[in-house]
Amino acid sequence: MSAELAQYLLSGLTVGAIYALVALGFSIIYNASHVINFAQGEFVMIGGMATVSLLGAGLPLAPAALAAVALAALIGLLLARFAVQPARGASVVTLIIITIGASILLRGLASLVWDKRIHALPAFSGEAPIAVAGATLAPQSLWVIGVAALIVGGLWGFFNRTLTGKAILAVSHNRLAAQLMGISVRRVLLVSFALSAALGALAGILIAPITFTSWDVGVMLGLKGFAAAILGGMGSGPGAVVGGLTLGLLESLGAGYVSSAYKDAIAFIVMLVVLMLMPGGLLGGRAAERV
Amino acid sequence: MKLQTWLAAGLLAVATAAHAQAPIRIGAFLSVTGPAAFLGDPEQKTLELYVERLNAAGGVLGRKLELVAYDSGGDAEKARTFAKRLIEQDKVDVIVGGSTTGETMAVVPLVEAAGLPFISLAGAVVIVEPVKKWVFKTPHTDRMACDKIFVDMKARGISKAALISGSGGFDKSMRGQCLGVAKNHGIDIVADETYGAGDTDMTAQLTKIKNAAGVQAVLNAGFGQGPAIVTKNYKQLGIGVPLYQSHGVASKQYIQLAGDAAEGVRLPAAALLVAESLPDSDAQKPVVVSYKQAYEARFKQDVSTFGGHAYDGLMLAVEAMKKAGSTDKAKVRDALEQVRGYMGTAGVVNMSAQDHMGLDLSAFRMLEVRKGDWALVK
Repeated sequence: MSAELAQYLLSGLTVGAIYALVALGFSIIYNASHVINFAQGEFVMIGGMATVSLLGAGLPLAPAALAAVALAALIGLLLARFAVQPARGASVVTLIIITIGASILLRGLASLVWDKRIHALPAFSGEAPIAVAGATLAPQSLWVIGVAALIVGGLWGFFNRTLTGKAILAVSHNRLAAQLMGISVRRVLLVSFALSAALGALAGILIAPITFTSWDVGVMLGLKGFAAAILGGMGSGPGAVVGGLTLGLLESLGAGYVSSAYKDAIAFIVMLVVLMLMPGGLLGGRAAERV
Repeated sequence: MKLQTWLAAGLLAVATAAHAQAPIRIGAFLSVTGPAAFLGDPEQKTLELYVERLNAAGGVLGRKLELVAYDSGGDAEKARTFAKRLIEQDKVDVIVGGSTTGETMAVVPLVEAAGLPFISLAGAVVIVEPVKKWVFKTPHTDRMACDKIFVDMKARGISKAALISGSGGFDKSMRGQCLGVAKNHGIDIVADETYGAGDTDMTAQLTKIKNAAGVQAVLNAGFGQGPAIVTKNYKQLGIGVPLYQSHGVASKQYIQLAGDAAEGVRLPAAALLVAESLPDSDAQKPVVVSYKQAYEARFKQDVSTFGGHAYDGLMLAVEAMKKAGSTDKAKVRDALEQVRGYMGTAGVVNMSAQDHMGLDLSAFRMLEVRKGDWALVK
């Protein structure tokens, strides 16, 4: 394997892991409510920006990160309670539009509460690049990839082994039946928003040393994460990861071997082809018909 | 007799004061929010600060200044609407504004039709080339940045350079200008890569550049987080050749973001960034030091060259009004065109009928990042 190819693969994995983390947040809320939460990118922003400001206030990294995740989870709860839940009778499209509104609101608030500048977090374990097969990798990338793997495992356990997780899945399969079985749909919605907000914030903190963070960082990350979630199969945890990594690798290989000007186009064309052949996404086998 | 004189003087003073009450209206439309907020925000603050200071010092032509500013949010359509309002409703005497080239160009036809002096704060060369009767600008152009960088490369014996740029308007414009003037300096552009607006990793592009034959230096045209990521990736890949950035990242923030990776990076920028370390013999020193201190004392944030452009715009307008002795639009325009040897934060301004920017290459200083701060390259 040439050093060049190794570098493209490592770059693709780094970026892909970032997309995967964002995509996971989309999947959780989609599972619980069939809503695509376009404010997911803003949770990523809140995680990064809150950590930056808490670090600035003198807190060490770990407590600052925890507090930022808690803050994001709280905002996720509030969003579910006061914006999404009151409109629960409305169609899914209406709910999606509400989340778009929420994302604009959160961005505006962030630019007021914090500022409009770009901030960086220090890398967790230094900046000395790690050499792999003639290519290099930033240590922070390992954090991103590692935590993404842990989260996927954790989520699998949560959805398959815990009652709350199973309840979320049940609601996703059939809301009415779940409700008749005594599952509180309200609570499921709240839990899923809080969980995915916390997850988004965690992603925001992990990637801030690589991508930096600012009040509008959520826009592009949200879009790419959404694309990754669709590609992998909306609602599927492993799908989000596969989708994210595929998108990241496509971009980096496209930039390396074809043209950097068209790398996004290449990635999206491949995505369209995949979705034409497999409308449910790469791992989205569970295309339950809603009658 | 004494009493009469006093009375007469008193009456005269009252009359003058009454006459002086109509303030001079400075109109502005700036991207205070939105994607270009990092331009519009310091510009607006600067205008507010200096209108206040000028008024405290007695105003201009014995009249107070009044700032009428709108937030165009980086949107050319909004900029047009606000410019229309400034011209028709607010009846301003001059417009100082237009944070981005897009907004500026949208407004140009309006001011040309209305016959109103307009000093733009945006970068691209198209604003003043070809010359438009009523339109002036204060920032350096991207072509000048390319020239400055290529001159420096040549001095270091570099003849083959690679280009990496973002996909924004500024990036594209500068990329085009650099490709255009590279030949004049005998520089071959051997690789030309781009990255997207929200991209989080540029190692793929940089790997390609690293493997391109004969690259002796890399030039990155862009602003925002992109160039900082490029700088970090550059270090990570261990690319040994010199890295040049554009004036688009000429703020402390870039060094803070890129950290150690920024060491040794060069870029062309206005003297404002190195205000305190300029030699005392430098004629520009008093201007930039005073602006820097005033801005930083008031807003508790690092000064940026973008705010400096607004300072220059306002001061040029004031200078022209003083010279014209009135706020008559045609006279102020003529006076603006005749500004010579005005020392601003961007450099010495020598306007002429052919040049509505009035800056030359000496206005740019070549800076290098050393020990986390800017240092002048001799």
